[in-house]
Amino acid sequence: MAPAPRRTPLYDWHVELGARMVDFAGWEMPVYYVGINEEHRAVRARAGLFDVSHMGQIEVTGSGAEGLLKKALASDVTRLEEGQAQYSFLLNEKGGIVDDLIVYRLPDRWLLVVNAGNTEADFAHLKALKHRGATLANVSDATAMIALQGPVALELLADIWPKKAAAPDTLKPFTAIARDVAGVPCLVARTGYTGEPGVEIMCAAERAGDLWDGILARREHGVVPSGLGARDTLRLEMGYPLHGHDIDAKTTPIEAGLGRFVHLDGREFVGSAVVAKQVAKGVKRRLVGLRLVDRAIPREGYAILADGSPVGKITSGTLSPSIDRGIGLGYVPANLATPGTVLQVDVRGRVRDADVVPLPFYKKES
Amino acid sequence: MAAAESYPADLRYHKDHDWVRVDGDEAVFGITWHAQDALGEVVYFEPPAVNSHIDADGSYGSLESVKAVSDVIAPLGGTVTAVNDAVVETPETVNEDPYGDGWLIRVRLDDPSAVEGLLDAAAYQALL
Repeated sequence: MAPAPRRTPLYDWHVELGARMVDFAGWEMPVYYVGINEEHRAVRARAGLFDVSHMGQIEVTGSGAEGLLKKALASDVTRLEEGQAQYSFLLNEKGGIVDDLIVYRLPDRWLLVVNAGNTEADFAHLKALKHRGATLANVSDATAMIALQGPVALELLADIWPKKAAAPDTLKPFTAIARDVAGVPCLVARTGYTGEPGVEIMCAAERAGDLWDGILARREHGVVPSGLGARDTLRLEMGYPLHGHDIDAKTTPIEAGLGRFVHLDGREFVGSAVVAKQVAKGVKRRLVGLRLVDRAIPREGYAILADGSPVGKITSGTLSPSIDRGIGLGYVPANLATPGTVLQVDVRGRVRDADVVPLPFYKKES
Repeated sequence: MAAAESYPADLRYHKDHDWVRVDGDEAVFGITWHAQDALGEVVYFEPPAVNSHIDADGSYGSLESVKAVSDVIAPLGGTVTAVNDAVVETPETVNEDPYGDGWLIRVRLDDPSAVEGLLDAAAYQALL
């Protein structure tokens, strides 16, 4: 029997708001409150508030902390100054993606924010590297995390921000600072998974409700509680991969088109030999964005066809609320990965034309 | 806005959460409040072709929400005489009015008396 799903500190808040709850990576999470499309559009137009407390936090401290992360991560953490962050990967020896994550260099510690379902595996992976002088702590259970995302997110945040502190919009993307938000001590990071401006805010689990309520008290900005359903359609419109679907231990960052986040520069880290070889010699398959010509929806597992023959599978797909077209990600042979290539997707027995398009699928009109 | 939960007494029901409104030798098919609620916001309806024949208990099309695909099951067999283009154009009509404007297809029944084998509202609700 599967273990009972876990609940975040905000579970009662979701139920109170009438959320539809689903099991996601072993957690009972809100998939939507009112509707996925409505929440998606609110985030693109105004702001959405997401409980992402299921995500994992691993702290690394000690004199060997930087040494461990240099060995374990595909990005070069020595490039980070205090308060800066990088998108990065834990790779296995074959270059496969154990997890994708954000690494923060904070004044007194390093912090890794990792995928919920991978937290324990990541911790074990780091521990197995047996780096001297590095201390690992899985602080996930003690930590709540809320994402506030959308064009008015920073404006809203300014209302619940210490008066004397520099305004939230002075925070640069991929930086983080310790700040009180709505009176709750937090780590505020200018990061997100939606393509909109915004923050991801971490605080002690027992203060999560105060932070959540403090933000929703500013409803005049048009902020709405948003579920994992909208989080998924928002990230997919941006072409951001989801671990366990679009990337996993059998795919590499190069195959996934994420090579720009890997800093080789002659460095040695777990998986670097395979990744360096792939950069030099190329890869056989690549992750591409597919946009369906008809109004049909590609979904995970559907076959991708070229001239009627299967060449790959959809790894994530949805109807894009912003462009009102079926969009999906999937791996295809490298010679078919060029934008402009016309492929097909087998949508439950009906073959639908799909264009290989550059990512992101959605760009804000400027 | 989503409709409030209801199971009208003048309809007959199939256990796979479909309803039938019989009108002489023709009938209108749709999905129940429970089915649209489980699916969430409907974003796509793939209807059968007009004049195609559909079998009782067989799938005649699909409804998709952002997260899921669901086959729609024919409570009775017959020939499709009309498809609700309003739902093709505005699929969320199924959520807003599942027994009214959110009907899916109209069918000329092979055997109108077969409706007697379907569930009434009370029997269907007992399954939920």
